[in-house]
Amino acid sequence: MTRPQGTLIRNTMAARVNHWITGGCFVLLMLSGLSMFHPMLFFLDDLFGGGQWTRAVHPWIGIVLFVSYLGLIVQFWRDNLWSRDDIAWMMAIDRVLANEEHGVPEVARFNAGQKFVFWSMTLLVPVLFLTGLTIWEFYFGTYTSIEVQRIALLIHSLAAIAAIIVWITHVYAALWVRGSVRAMTQGYVTPGWAWRHHRKWLRRLAATGSAGPSPRNER
Amino acid sequence: MSDLQSQDYIRISASTLTPPSTRRHEDQVAKLIDTSRCIGCKACQSACMEWNNLRQEVGHFEGSYDNPMDLSPSVWTLMRFAEWEDDKGNLEWLIRKDGCMHCEDPGCLKACPAPGAIVQYANGIVDFISENCIGCGYCVKGCPFDIPRVSPVDHKSYKCTLCSDRVGVGLEPACVKACPTGAIMFGAKTDMKDWAGERIADLKSRGFENAGLYDPPGVDGTHVMYVLHHADKPSIYANLPDRPRISPLVDLWKGVVKPLSLVGIGFAVIAGFLHWILEGPNEVEPQDEAQAAEILKSAGKSP
Repeated sequence: MTRPQGTLIRNTMAARVNHWITGGCFVLLMLSGLSMFHPMLFFLDDLFGGGQWTRAVHPWIGIVLFVSYLGLIVQFWRDNLWSRDDIAWMMAIDRVLANEEHGVPEVARFNAGQKFVFWSMTLLVPVLFLTGLTIWEFYFGTYTSIEVQRIALLIHSLAAIAAIIVWITHVYAALWVRGSVRAMTQGYVTPGWAWRHHRKWLRRLAATGSAGPSPRNER
Repeated sequence: MSDLQSQDYIRISASTLTPPSTRRHEDQVAKLIDTSRCIGCKACQSACMEWNNLRQEVGHFEGSYDNPMDLSPSVWTLMRFAEWEDDKGNLEWLIRKDGCMHCEDPGCLKACPAPGAIVQYANGIVDFISENCIGCGYCVKGCPFDIPRVSPVDHKSYKCTLCSDRVGVGLEPACVKACPTGAIMFGAKTDMKDWAGERIADLKSRGFENAGLYDPPGVDGTHVMYVLHHADKPSIYANLPDRPRISPLVDLWKGVVKPLSLVGIGFAVIAGFLHWILEGPNEVEPQDEAQAAEILKSAGKSP
C-alpha cells in the first residue's frame, strides 16, 4: 500500500489482513449465530443457504476466527498492556465522549477503551471457542454429558451477546473517531490524528524517528 | 412426520404466532404403559420398526436383555430391563418401555431454534417435522428424558411420533396394537387415567402399596404415562427421572437470556446512534496537524 508522504503507519499490512479476516469471520458468526439464537432472526439463515447450512458452517467459521484472533493477540498484546495512563484517561471519559480534547491525559498507541475491546475479546473468544466445541453436536456431541452441554450452551449465548455488544462499541468508535477506519484499511494516519488521539505514541515515534506503528520498528 | 396439513396445532417451535388451530376439537390422548403387565417380549419394538420402516444396524451382545442398548435415530422405542432388590432381599425384574413421553410442556420444542421443526398437536402429541429440522441438537438439551437422537447421516433429530400418522386416522399406535398382554393401552387421557386407577387399586390389593401413576407434574403431565408398582421411586426403572422438569439452565437460556439479549444489543446500537447525533464525529482539526508538525520538526527526524 502506498503511503502518502508525511503520514504515520498505524497498522502494518499483516495486522490489517489479520484484522479483516477476524472481522469478516465475526460478522458471519454473528449473523449465523443470531439466526440460531432468536426465532425473530431465523431468517438470517437464508444468507447461508438455509438452516442446515447455517448450523454446519458456523463452527468452522468459529475455528478460523479463533486461529485468526490468536494472531491479533500476538500482534497487539504488548501495546495493550494496562498502564497508569489508562486510569487517568478513564477519569476523563466524559471529556472524551464530548469530543473535548483539552484535559484528556495523553495516551500511547491504545487508550483504555481500545484496551477494553482487546482484552474483552481475548477473554470471550476462547470461551466461545471451548463452549462451541462442547455443543458441536456432530463431532463432540457424545464427549460430554447433556448437563455439561446445557451449561456450555448458556455460557456460549451469554459470551456471544457480550462479544456482539463489545463489537458494536468497537465499530461505533471507529466511525466516531474520524480517520480510524482508514488506519485499519489503508493503514496510515496523519500526524495530526496521532497528536489528537495518541499523543504519547506520536512523541515516541518522533523521538525515535520511526514512521510507526511502533517505535521498535526502525525503518 | 408431516404429510397432510393438520390445522390442529397447540404449539410450534420458534414461533410466537398462533399456529393454525381451528380443527382442535379433539380429545387429549395418552398411551398408558403398565409395567406390571409387561412381559418384556419386545413386540412393541418390532411393531415400531415395522410400522415406521426403521432398521437399526445389527449390534453385539452386551450382557444385557436390552437390545439394542440405546435409543437411536432408528430406534424410537426400547425395552429397558432393570434388576432391583427390595429391602427384604426379593429380586424384582422391572421392565420399562422407553421412548418419548410427549410432555404437555415439551422441553425439546421450547429449546428448538427452527420455526416449525417441532410441533404439538391438539391431541397432545409432540412431533418432529424433519424438513424444518436443522440438526443443531438443542432438543437434546431441552429434553428432561434424554430421548431425541440426531442422525449423523442426515443431521435430523428423531424420536417416537406416538404414531401421529396412525392416530390421525383413528388407529392406535403400532406398539399398542402389537402388545400381547394389554400392558400398553391407548385412548383419551381421561380414560387412561381411569383405567390406571383400576390397575393401581388392584396392585395395592396385592401388596404393592406404593403402586401409582407416573404422569409427572414437572412437565405439566405427559401423554405417555406409566403404571409403576413402585411409583415412589421411578428411578429404579432404568433411571426414569423421579421429578422431571425442563432444566433451569434451558429456562434461563430461552426464557431470560434470549429476550434480554436483543434488548441489550438494541440498547448498544441506540446509544451509539444517540452519541452520533448529540456529539457527532471527532474530526482532526488544522491546529492538530500544526502541533504535530512542530513536534516532528523539533525532533529533527521526519518520518
